[in-house]
Amino acid sequence: MNLILVAVISLGAIGLIAAVILYVASKKFAVYEDPRIAQVAEVLPQANCGGCGFPGCNGFAAACVKAADAGSLEGKLCPAGGTPAMEKIAAILGMEAVASEPKIAVVRCNGSCENRPRTAQYDGAKSCAIAHATSGGETGCAFGCLGCGDCVAACKFDAIRMNPETGLPEVDEEKCTACGACAKACPRRIIEIRPKGKNNRRMVVMCVNKDKGAVANKACKASCIGCGKCVKVCPFEAITLENNLAYIDPAKCKSCRKCEPECPKGAIHAINFPPRKPKAEAPADAAKPAAPKAAPAPKAPEAPKTEAPKAEA
Amino acid sequence: MANKLIVSLSPHVHSGDSVQKNMYGVIIALLPALLVSFYMFGLGAVVVTLTSVAACVFFEWAITKFILKREACTICDGSAALTGLLLAFNLPSNLPIWIIIIGALFAIGVGKMTFGGLGCNPFNPALVGRIFLLISFPVQMTSWPTVQQWTSYTDAETGATPLALMKMAVNGDANALSQLPDTLSLFLGNNPGCIGEVSALALLLGLGYMLWKKIISWHIPVSIIATVFVFAGLMNLINPVAYASPLAHLFTGGLMLGAIFMATDYVTSPMTHKGMIIYGVSIGFLTVVIRNFGAYPEGMSFAIFIMNAFTPLINTYCKPKRFGEVKK
Amino acid sequence: MKTFRIGGVHPAENKLSAGKAIETLALPKQAVFPLSQHIGAPATAIVKKGDVVKVGTKIAEAGGFVSAAIFSSVSGKVNKVDSIIDASGYRKPAIFIDVDGDEWEETIDRSTTLVKECNLKPEEIVAKIKNAGVVGMGGACFPTHVKLSPPPGCKAECVIINAVECEPYLTADHRLMLEKADEILVGVSILMKAVNVTKGYIGIENNKPDAIKLMTEKAAQYPNIEIVPLKVKYPQGGEKQLIDAVIARQVPAPPAIPINVGAVVQNVGTAYAVYEAVQKNKPLFERVVTVTGKSVKNPSNFLTRMGTPMSQLIEAAGGMPEDTGKVIGGGPMMGKALLNTEVPICKGSSGVLLMNDKEASRAAESPCIRCAKCVSVCPMGLEPFLLATLSAKQDWERVEKEDVMSCIECGSCQFTCPSHRYLLDYIRLGKGTVGGIIRARNAKK
Repeated sequence: MNLILVAVISLGAIGLIAAVILYVASKKFAVYEDPRIAQVAEVLPQANCGGCGFPGCNGFAAACVKAADAGSLEGKLCPAGGTPAMEKIAAILGMEAVASEPKIAVVRCNGSCENRPRTAQYDGAKSCAIAHATSGGETGCAFGCLGCGDCVAACKFDAIRMNPETGLPEVDEEKCTACGACAKACPRRIIEIRPKGKNNRRMVVMCVNKDKGAVANKACKASCIGCGKCVKVCPFEAITLENNLAYIDPAKCKSCRKCEPECPKGAIHAINFPPRKPKAEAPADAAKPAAPKAAPAPKAPEAPKTEAPKAEA
Repeated sequence: MANKLIVSLSPHVHSGDSVQKNMYGVIIALLPALLVSFYMFGLGAVVVTLTSVAACVFFEWAITKFILKREACTICDGSAALTGLLLAFNLPSNLPIWIIIIGALFAIGVGKMTFGGLGCNPFNPALVGRIFLLISFPVQMTSWPTVQQWTSYTDAETGATPLALMKMAVNGDANALSQLPDTLSLFLGNNPGCIGEVSALALLLGLGYMLWKKIISWHIPVSIIATVFVFAGLMNLINPVAYASPLAHLFTGGLMLGAIFMATDYVTSPMTHKGMIIYGVSIGFLTVVIRNFGAYPEGMSFAIFIMNAFTPLINTYCKPKRFGEVKK
Repeated sequence: MKTFRIGGVHPAENKLSAGKAIETLALPKQAVFPLSQHIGAPATAIVKKGDVVKVGTKIAEAGGFVSAAIFSSVSGKVNKVDSIIDASGYRKPAIFIDVDGDEWEETIDRSTTLVKECNLKPEEIVAKIKNAGVVGMGGACFPTHVKLSPPPGCKAECVIINAVECEPYLTADHRLMLEKADEILVGVSILMKAVNVTKGYIGIENNKPDAIKLMTEKAAQYPNIEIVPLKVKYPQGGEKQLIDAVIARQVPAPPAIPINVGAVVQNVGTAYAVYEAVQKNKPLFERVVTVTGKSVKNPSNFLTRMGTPMSQLIEAAGGMPEDTGKVIGGGPMMGKALLNTEVPICKGSSGVLLMNDKEASRAAESPCIRCAKCVSVCPMGLEPFLLATLSAKQDWERVEKEDVMSCIECGSCQFTCPSHRYLLDYIRLGKGTVGGIIRARNAKK
């Protein structure tokens, strides 16, 4: 009996002392944090991808709260959570959500095994950054995809995968949050974060080769040779030609698709557009060597999303 | 030029060294001690060694294949066989097969594969197995058959090991030390003990081979042996009745085996020469402390085990001397 | 026997062409001159399509202080200024010249008589070297005139000539010493004069006993030049290792450079080029190149005009073996694997090494067993395994803290790794990235 009593008293005393210390410490050393930060952080994806430009989701939440205090959430965007997340944040902070354009990662290279003959063999660490430092790569194109998958490793959302058939990465449009990690990881800056476009449809030059036409042509069947035909045909001056490479400005492009059949190399891709009408079939076909190869998606007509990554590849 | 040229970064040549070469090199270095053990303990040693090696290789294969589901098979690199051999060397020759298998499972399964396999384990797997067995089966693990009972296995007669005698001396038995075998027979291995640890000579031959083949550097074994010699020698000078001579310390128990083969395990020892010496000196010191003041007669495995835990710390603080570094 | 104090390895020497005298290679049909053949700013082309040039005509001007001019090695017409894949594996701007005869500029002294006297002032010597486009011929191609102009506050105390040729296979420097010993010694004394020092060393590894003997004999006339035989150990040809081996001084970590310990290191080929530039008015447009490899029919040393495609050298050495798996510009430890054999010979091309299929491919990587062999062979006292792991994890801050910038990329770690890990691949990545971070930081300041 005595033994039990001693145990109870001594343990109770220890517990009491500890409780007092903890209580005093929690009051004395308390750090005030705006409770809204925690609330905002809660609606964020918590992937800490860094796509917003802040150190992790908590950093972004703090920045949002600060910005809200300053009067506007403008310029703050969680690329992973997108507009829904921003709307929730705005609600928490009692602000108006600033509408932002949804974006997506686009792999601007179509140098598949078939299009881009291998001229050498890379033997080394499986890292694009290292392969990039080693040489121009296994093919004649020193600008195109190296295929070692640094972008795949960088993606925190499992939204980018290597296609073993083409040797190129493919973006899963459902999962991609346009955080930009892959674009940063790519040593050749092939991946671009572009606006998704109206109805998720967009026109993209699927090549980043800046070599002269003849060299680029020899290196890859699907390369941009800088001929400038697309520039001439574009009614909206959305296409520019610089360093032998065409670029479609997504802000100016009206998705008229005039450039697509014009490209002699099929380097301009119309992504997620319905198939062309029969009369335009012939030029479109010639211009899209990749399209037939891309296995017809199971539910192609109504869900072009699954097809899209293939076409991009 | 039919084939495509290979491009890679330099260097384009390699020394030809490989993990296998190192592992098999260590196994070759263990052969003299193995042969001595066969001579000393006969059938028991053969059964224990074969069981341990086979069990370790099997568990490594099974875990890689069925649990980790890795495609690459790592049993060919010889590291599992080496673990098995080292584990066997740390067991008495009359240990029942089922205990050996449990030890092997623990060594490979817990000591090595849970951490990710070769190169990732913080503790020497064979040592993990031995310590586990020592704590779990203290009776079986500390009854050593006397030498030269060639045909007996678990039925062998057991006898007191020199280490036990040394412990008795520490505990006040003034006559214990005089019963120690003479230094020469200790050196040659003519005394009871674990399979691989009895012959200091054979183990030193192994050390010579490994140094010649540049498998290990001298730092760890030499620093352990020197520390034990000096520290045990001091104790011996203070009280020759209670504390055995430094040579007796060196040639008994697992000291040589531990200093040459267990402590020098690549994965669990420090990477710089400075670190190796700190590590070796600490092991030597701890061994003598445990032997002379601890509850167990043998302290080598615990000493190595403790220092294995310090290896990452040593690696963090013992940097090699940089080229052109100015002394502060 | 002297050598450097930390680390080092000893790869199989394979000096197959050591006994082959230097042959002069025929002129190419078309010579190609990449504009960046050296460390520093690329040169700017000063010729255009259709221009007629002679041997020794300047075709590109230095693009800055750390840069070097480029001279035509052939006479003919400029075909185009375009681009070619060079040793880096990338397409770089280059001048293409169609060869038409072999007409030299009149200013060049083509006689073979040895001109010993040099009465120029140091500045004049440096100017002459600069105007001849001389760069380090060991492979790094650092413009020589920059090395000969010590930054303020630094004083050169000695000139060390790198005749180590520690790379396996290569014999170009070895042959040059055997055949041009007198010229080299004059070159060395000119270099000593240029930096105003009275002591010169020539470091030679003792796997070249004939060169040591000959140079020692000839150097007897030059009381200030000492031949230093060195123990064979790679990477003794590394600038910092050589200084340590010869005068037992260690250059501190970057940004310190050899001149901080009073040493000016020049390659033996550079010493010869300096002799020709100063005494014969001959700009740098030809060099000795070793063509070698286990499967090569006739490993040789060729005196080659710059701009000659490597394929021509390979043909001259008996053609491309069937089983060629890799073509390396330079030696096997630090050379660059080439994408094709049309890469032209540049100022830093010391050799062309053909490896057969078996040698060419690397073994598969296996897990690091922490054997610490990389640590013990690293000549800079670094921890390659750690640098590689941290680089793979992209922990650039720690990579920098672990002194990645000290790495000389000698490859000893990867050479010795029993797990065949691609240590240097990752360390290079780390060094490159950290270098960029440091530059960005300095630019901000």
